[in-house]
Amino acid sequence: MNSIVNQFISAFSASDIPGGYFTLFATIVIISGLAVFGVMAVTALVAVYFERKVSAFMQDRIGPMEVGIFGFKGGKKFWGGIGQTIADALKLLTKEDIIPRLADRKLMMLAPFIIFGGAFITFVGVPFSEGIVISDFNIGLFYIMAASSIGVIGVILAGWSSNNKWSLYGGMRSAAQIISYEIPIALSLILVVIVVGSLRMTDIVVWQADHRWFIFHSPFAFLAFFIYFISAVAETNRTPFDIPEAESELVAGWMTEYSGFRWAVFFLSEYANMLIVSIVASVVFLGGWLSPFQMFDFGLFPESWMLLDGPIWGLFWIVVKAMILIFVMMWFRWTFPRLRVDQLMTVCWKYLIPFALANVILVSIWELIF
Amino acid sequence: MSEILFYAIAAITIGSAFWVVTSKNLVYSAVWLFVTLFGVAGLFIFLYADFIAATQVLIYVGGVLVLIIFGVMLTSKIDTAKISQSSKGKFIGAVLSLLIFGMMLTVILTTNWKVGELQSVDSTVNTIGNMILNEYLLPFEAVSILLLGALIGSAMLSRKK
Repeated sequence: MNSIVNQFISAFSASDIPGGYFTLFATIVIISGLAVFGVMAVTALVAVYFERKVSAFMQDRIGPMEVGIFGFKGGKKFWGGIGQTIADALKLLTKEDIIPRLADRKLMMLAPFIIFGGAFITFVGVPFSEGIVISDFNIGLFYIMAASSIGVIGVILAGWSSNNKWSLYGGMRSAAQIISYEIPIALSLILVVIVVGSLRMTDIVVWQADHRWFIFHSPFAFLAFFIYFISAVAETNRTPFDIPEAESELVAGWMTEYSGFRWAVFFLSEYANMLIVSIVASVVFLGGWLSPFQMFDFGLFPESWMLLDGPIWGLFWIVVKAMILIFVMMWFRWTFPRLRVDQLMTVCWKYLIPFALANVILVSIWELIF
Repeated sequence: MSEILFYAIAAITIGSAFWVVTSKNLVYSAVWLFVTLFGVAGLFIFLYADFIAATQVLIYVGGVLVLIIFGVMLTSKIDTAKISQSSKGKFIGAVLSLLIFGMMLTVILTTNWKVGELQSVDSTVNTIGNMILNEYLLPFEAVSILLLGALIGSAMLSRKK
């Protein structure tokens, strides 16, 4: 029962503060909201820079190298152009916000905030370390799945309200894609629920601390990790599954007509979703905030390394694990060609879902035997 | 505090449901339905039914509503922003609605509501799981067969000849 909301409630009992429960409620909402927004903004800033550099090195380029911070320029080194994303963000915020004359104005203005809101409320259940989670629900994993399914409504509305054929096709492709890929995600996450017997994120990590990382639980769990990760890449609309915004076919898909701040909101949500799926993958399959040294403790490492645990190191480990997964997503993007629409559906319905279903049955049998 | 929240959520649910029915544009109806479904999820949370609330969002917002909008967009003239609904038979509709309203009101007023002690439930998921797989196994399996039938039927209808 250790979460930020609980700590607030126990720190200030309602009689101490003026306004009672209402003030407490408002404080919790405002502070958690600001914290989540901060995490989203920092993620987008870091990830955009990371993506530019990763793509540059994969294509044998240098990437951004001119914009520095306070006159500090890295030149051709890895940290060259470290101020590039800040400049990008400022540029996006000051650009003109264009809404086409024949577009549906109200819905077009609303749509980015539905996508953003979906990512935003998902963070309420996402743990960043032991105790560093806004609310540790007893249905945590299920809540994250439910909340992350909201964003697609915004995508469809954005596509429809733009009144542009590319946008509409993008929105419809996105709806079909996200609805389909939610199924293998749910089926592969249900494995951990069967084994652990709890939906609470903390319980899942505690189980892994007592036993082993879930990915090494059984061959089926190992397979489930890859099914989850492939589907998660599709859920976040990243290449090779980015057919809703396929540049070569649909200009920019459902975000064709957007510009300025509203487009920046899409960008923010995309990187926030990448962070969410990476953290969920690391919590569920890769031991969450547990130190990897304990996992591979065969007497190879000095004894003091075993102490790298607890909330602060937990934050470090979870960020490292998530960053590795985000790096793999970027690696995918610059390595694989985009799928066709029918291929995308084939991958989901004919390969991922049957394998995920078989996984669920086999892991139940495995649990009965062992 | 919680009463204010309850009335706010109830007002949002009913108000948005009103707009679902009266909006002339089907896509606007769908957007209002989005708000209504969230309101219903909020009411479930008030009943300590957190699992049902999350299910509501996952199934209805993430699934059913998307399919509804998808269906609306697949109707003709998707490229013009004029997908409208019209109302016909207003008189008969009003009479029927009043009758249903009267029936529900009678039921609500004559039922002897049992007000239990307020108790905080730690987890409803385990209970739901045990109930489904023990006491209500037969209805659960019957529903599964129904869904399987619907799935096979739709696949059959949409496959290429």
